[in-house]
Amino acid sequence: MDTVILQHISKSYVKEGPPALQDVSFSVKKGELFGLIGPDGAGKSTIFRILTTLLLSDKGSATVAGYDVVKNYHEIRSCVGYMPGKFSLYQDLTIEENLHFFATLFGTTVAANYALIKDIYEQIAPFKNRRAGKLSGGMKQKLALCCALIHRPEVLFLDEPTTGVDAVSRKEFWEMLQRLKAEGITIVVSTPYMDEASLCERIALIQNGQILSINTPAKIIEAYPGKLYALTAPKVHLLLKDTRQYAGISLCYAAGDKLHLSFKEEGKEHPAGLLSWLESKGHQGVRIEEITPDIEDCFIAKTSTHE
Amino acid sequence: MRTLRLLLEKEFRQIFRDKGLLPIIFIMPMVQLLIMPLAANFDVKNINLAVVDRDHSTYTQQMVSKIASSGYFRITGYYTDYAPALHQIEREKADIILEIPAHFETDLVRESKASVYVAADAINGTKAGLGSAYLNTILGDFNNEIRMKWLPAKMAAAGTVDVTYSNWFNPEMNYHLYMVPGILVLLVTMVGGFVAALNIVKEKEIGTIEQINVTPIKKWQFIIGKMIPFWVIGMVDFTIGLLLARYVYGVIPVGSLLLLYSFLAIYLVALLGFGLLISTYSDNQLQAMFVAFFFIMIFMLMSGLFVSVDNMPSWAKVIAKLTPVTHFIDVVRMIVLKGSRFSDIKMQFLYEIAFAVVLNGWAILNYRKTA
Repeated sequence: MDTVILQHISKSYVKEGPPALQDVSFSVKKGELFGLIGPDGAGKSTIFRILTTLLLSDKGSATVAGYDVVKNYHEIRSCVGYMPGKFSLYQDLTIEENLHFFATLFGTTVAANYALIKDIYEQIAPFKNRRAGKLSGGMKQKLALCCALIHRPEVLFLDEPTTGVDAVSRKEFWEMLQRLKAEGITIVVSTPYMDEASLCERIALIQNGQILSINTPAKIIEAYPGKLYALTAPKVHLLLKDTRQYAGISLCYAAGDKLHLSFKEEGKEHPAGLLSWLESKGHQGVRIEEITPDIEDCFIAKTSTHE
Repeated sequence: MRTLRLLLEKEFRQIFRDKGLLPIIFIMPMVQLLIMPLAANFDVKNINLAVVDRDHSTYTQQMVSKIASSGYFRITGYYTDYAPALHQIEREKADIILEIPAHFETDLVRESKASVYVAADAINGTKAGLGSAYLNTILGDFNNEIRMKWLPAKMAAAGTVDVTYSNWFNPEMNYHLYMVPGILVLLVTMVGGFVAALNIVKEKEIGTIEQINVTPIKKWQFIIGKMIPFWVIGMVDFTIGLLLARYVYGVIPVGSLLLLYSFLAIYLVALLGFGLLISTYSDNQLQAMFVAFFFIMIFMLMSGLFVSVDNMPSWAKVIAKLTPVTHFIDVVRMIVLKGSRFSDIKMQFLYEIAFAVVLNGWAILNYRKTA
């Protein structure tokens, strides 16, 4: 049986207007590293709050580690680790005190599960007598992860753990997650960063409270409709405007210093036709090449067809 | 049990680490107890009196000097006409006008009857009311003196009723004795109830309550863990206040300390329930602060601290009875000044227990772990 199962979960915070979650169903296998990928406001945190028994859904049912989130909420609380998007430890307690506090709340000790957090804790151990509020963003993150892990949970819920963390710490953080996965812990992680999606085993793309697609990152990329091209030129800004006016374009958007685009109908004549059309508009040095899409391209393609 | 001990340990550690909170809990009440009873004094003195004397006789002179020597009045000026005296009231230089008509002495001697006119500035109601009353008493005395002089000794003696006063439980009418216990209650209320409310809301605001809620901790453990520290602080604050009252104001409780403290113990439970209730309805500390402030105002004005509850209209009496503070102020005064026993304050005990049950019950019902 899968460790986390959601079935037709819906949730509205307000009576009118679009709901926060709309008929969301997915399941996470035991020992899997599952990613919820979507922009701010997509409903990622709401999913976490329902799964961690902090919030009741309006419709649908969900189980975590075999327990129902409504009926058996007490059992769930003992076997999951949750790291909220906002740093939620006691800022006026030290690293050591926070860790000891949460260990004792779960009826265990720091020593009992030290092996699990050793790699992470050793990085912040030199500051163990410093108050949590005085730590840097990356260190807070590590402490929060330690506190979420201290009772050796079966499932770990991480809500945007890398938001607001520098690139190096983000990389380190994902390496830590891979190690935890190796320990057999099921991990559900959310992120607004598309580049982190490929680090998950399976991902769910989520937008406006709805799941757009669920698959492995590779399969999602494979399933990209049509071909994707990258356009480069010295003056990209004007290029975007003009390219969008070309009749055969289905999607065109800026990605870094390039333009990514796809055509409505596949055909050999399109790339060449676009180039000559752009030249007639006065653009010079325009180059076009076919590229493999990444998760972000897939996401944009999905959301545009969805709309 | 282990969880509870852990929570208490954490709570006390946080309180003693909060450099802003410590003075609020321990220093502020002491400072207030040292200042407020000295400033809040209802004795009316230095009433400014403008005298309009149209008679200029021996009697009027005697009368005015009697008023001046009473100690309550300060004669600000003599006028021959009413208008300039009224002008003094308009400029707030005078509080009361005493007008003595022309032929005052002649009327008094011939017709054994004369009237004077008293006009008071009622903007300051207390001063006007008490001032006129004092003035009446003095004029009455003056009247008696004249009667004594004129009437045969026998008749005069038969006609007077001599009133002797005896102020029980506060023989010297010491104002501090009355105010200090009341203010003590108010300070315990502010610290015990509202600091606790803010503390719980703070966990909501910072988000730590989310993290706590995902642990197997039980609802009652969290609530008790929050209440005990502030219950202890309330007790400590009250003790400090009682010591200050004893050594600074000489207010020594006449009644049983055990009784006083058992009432305090129940009162604090009721109060903490109230704080908890506020916290369950507020999302952040600012909201909680304003709600608490609103109630503190009601408590201050309705609890009988400054104004006697017996003087209030019946609807206000109901509000006063529904305020836990009222009963505690009542009891503290009774035990400290009168030495009342348990049988005397049974009703207040029942009230306070009812408050404790209702407020805590409501708060716990409203406190939802799963929102």
